[in-house]
Amino acid sequence: MKNINMEKARLLQGNEACVQGALYAGIQFFAGYPITPSTEIAEGLARELPRIGAKFIQMEDEIGSLAAVIGASNAGCKAMTATSGPGYSLMQEHIGYAYITETPCVIIDVQRGGPSTGLPTKVSQSDTMQARWGTHGDYTAIAVAPSSVREVFEETVRAFNLAERFRTPVTVLTDEVLGHMREMMVIPEKGELEIVNRKKPDVPTDWYKHFDLTADFVSPMAAFGEGYRYNVSGLTHDQEGFPTAVPSEIKEKLDKLRNKIERFSDEIFKMRTEMMDDARIAVISYGSVARASYQAVKIAREKRIKVGAIQPLTIWPFPDAQLRQMLSGVKRVIVAELNMGQMVHEVRRVAPKGTEVFFMGRYDGEVMTPQQIVSKIGEVK
Amino acid sequence: MTTEVQHSDITHHYLRAKKKFPNVWCAGCGNGIVMGALIRAIDKLGLDKDNVAIVSGIGCSSRMPVYMDFNTLHTAHGRALAFATGVKMAKPSMKVIVITGDGDALAIGGNHFIHACRRNIDITTILVNNRIYGMTGGQFSPTTTGGAIATTAPYGNYEKQFDVVNLATAAGASYVARGTVYHVQQLEKLIEGGITKKGFALIEAVSNCHTYYGRLNREGDAVAMISWMKEHAMPIQAAAKLPPEKMVGKFVTGLIHETNATEFCEEYDRLVERLAAKEAGK
Repeated sequence: MKNINMEKARLLQGNEACVQGALYAGIQFFAGYPITPSTEIAEGLARELPRIGAKFIQMEDEIGSLAAVIGASNAGCKAMTATSGPGYSLMQEHIGYAYITETPCVIIDVQRGGPSTGLPTKVSQSDTMQARWGTHGDYTAIAVAPSSVREVFEETVRAFNLAERFRTPVTVLTDEVLGHMREMMVIPEKGELEIVNRKKPDVPTDWYKHFDLTADFVSPMAAFGEGYRYNVSGLTHDQEGFPTAVPSEIKEKLDKLRNKIERFSDEIFKMRTEMMDDARIAVISYGSVARASYQAVKIAREKRIKVGAIQPLTIWPFPDAQLRQMLSGVKRVIVAELNMGQMVHEVRRVAPKGTEVFFMGRYDGEVMTPQQIVSKIGEVK
Repeated sequence: MTTEVQHSDITHHYLRAKKKFPNVWCAGCGNGIVMGALIRAIDKLGLDKDNVAIVSGIGCSSRMPVYMDFNTLHTAHGRALAFATGVKMAKPSMKVIVITGDGDALAIGGNHFIHACRRNIDITTILVNNRIYGMTGGQFSPTTTGGAIATTAPYGNYEKQFDVVNLATAAGASYVARGTVYHVQQLEKLIEGGITKKGFALIEAVSNCHTYYGRLNREGDAVAMISWMKEHAMPIQAAAKLPPEKMVGKFVTGLIHETNATEFCEEYDRLVERLAAKEAGK
């Protein structure tokens, strides 16, 4: 609450902050389908977008929603959809289509409990792995996970930037608690946050290749109607976008999807830490659980336990090297998640030898409390 | 660019002739006839190639856009209309044409099909109906004739069929027509009419899959199947004068339904204008 300019401050719900973030980033097209607990995002954009001449459409399902978003993005729009678990599952085929066609778009997943219809009004973080591996085939995913209303705003803006920068779909994983909780925040002035737009071609139309293999693996992107008349296909394609079955071209395409993200992951990583300098124990958490972790670490420090908190805001690609380095002096790691264990597998993979990794999960639809984490710290210390 | 183009020039002007041929279709397939009719219709209308988007789903007919020199979007199975909806809303001045098949549009894409009709969004949809899944090897589709053999209906198809024209009309499309790959000039005119029409236009192009449908059902080769269309198609004007018993076994062709309903993108633009006026009046 400190450092808030009360005159400019607004009391916003996470889902409303997402709407504001999308507007700040320059959203031009939204397509969605009603689903709890994400619906306020569609409702907010249904109000705001026609007022600025941007496009809103409620589609017949989530499959159609992401399809319309991808269509609009190829026609030059910054485009987004918002959903929750069941809708995110339905979108998976088109998320794959966006990967292979390298179409920038943002998908907000306000997570709820599952599987299936599960717990529409209750919190969960059980889509963490789905955000990495949800659609079939080989690809590299980007997903971000905010933990406060302000971070929902900032990460929505960042998701648009990353999508446009890397010509790829980006998932924002929020959850029911973040979506519906209200906090004070000041919406940044125009220009305060960086806004990235996709790279446009600067070659004559005859020279244009929609999937040109450039030095940074990201191809400049013309929009439909700009005179380039390119082909977009979900079939594995050559640099011009035409279907290919040539092994060298197939490999080149799939390598490109990986390289354009993995080789530039430093631009994508974002992590927040608290009291890690002398920490012997680290609590790793993300999304709404990070809030409880910060509080728990504070309480444990009062008991003179050397514990710190790590919150990856970029959860995919997973920050292997950064985390390994950060855990070098750490004896024990607690990974706290609202699921039966997803990110913990990644932490176990990268933790230095001799660092013990403990998991604490909650999947009864309730939030993780600081007290639970404090108890766990007490158990492992 | 829009002046009379000679027949051979049309090929070079509108096809990605140097890049993508030969095509994937079987010799004698109706898809090439539909593509030809579409290109001639576009040429006749003098459309700017940069301002035309052709969107398709998955299947034999959905390969069509890849060969054509426009803004082309070859999408996922059944979803062409949903992608096209995004393109059209984003760029309402663009002519958006969807190529789809009976399985693509009516089975996996059935939901998007009825909702695109309902919205009356200005998209021209050419549904190539060969009554079978060709690309996957001859499985029955929502338009496969009752009793017909398909690889997934080895004892004869016991399912009922969709009538595409009735479905589109009931769902709210404002231009609904049926042509065949035999009646090429009529098909061309119907496509031209659909592109010109403001609103959702559906042109069913009755086509042949002699490779699967014809072979499995002993309907003969491409020539035999296309001749069948000649013998069984009945123009709507002629059909109107015939007693019902004379129509048994025949099917109606031509422009079957047309209304002047408001178009989706124009409605949206009116909303934007209304809100802007309200804002200015504050």
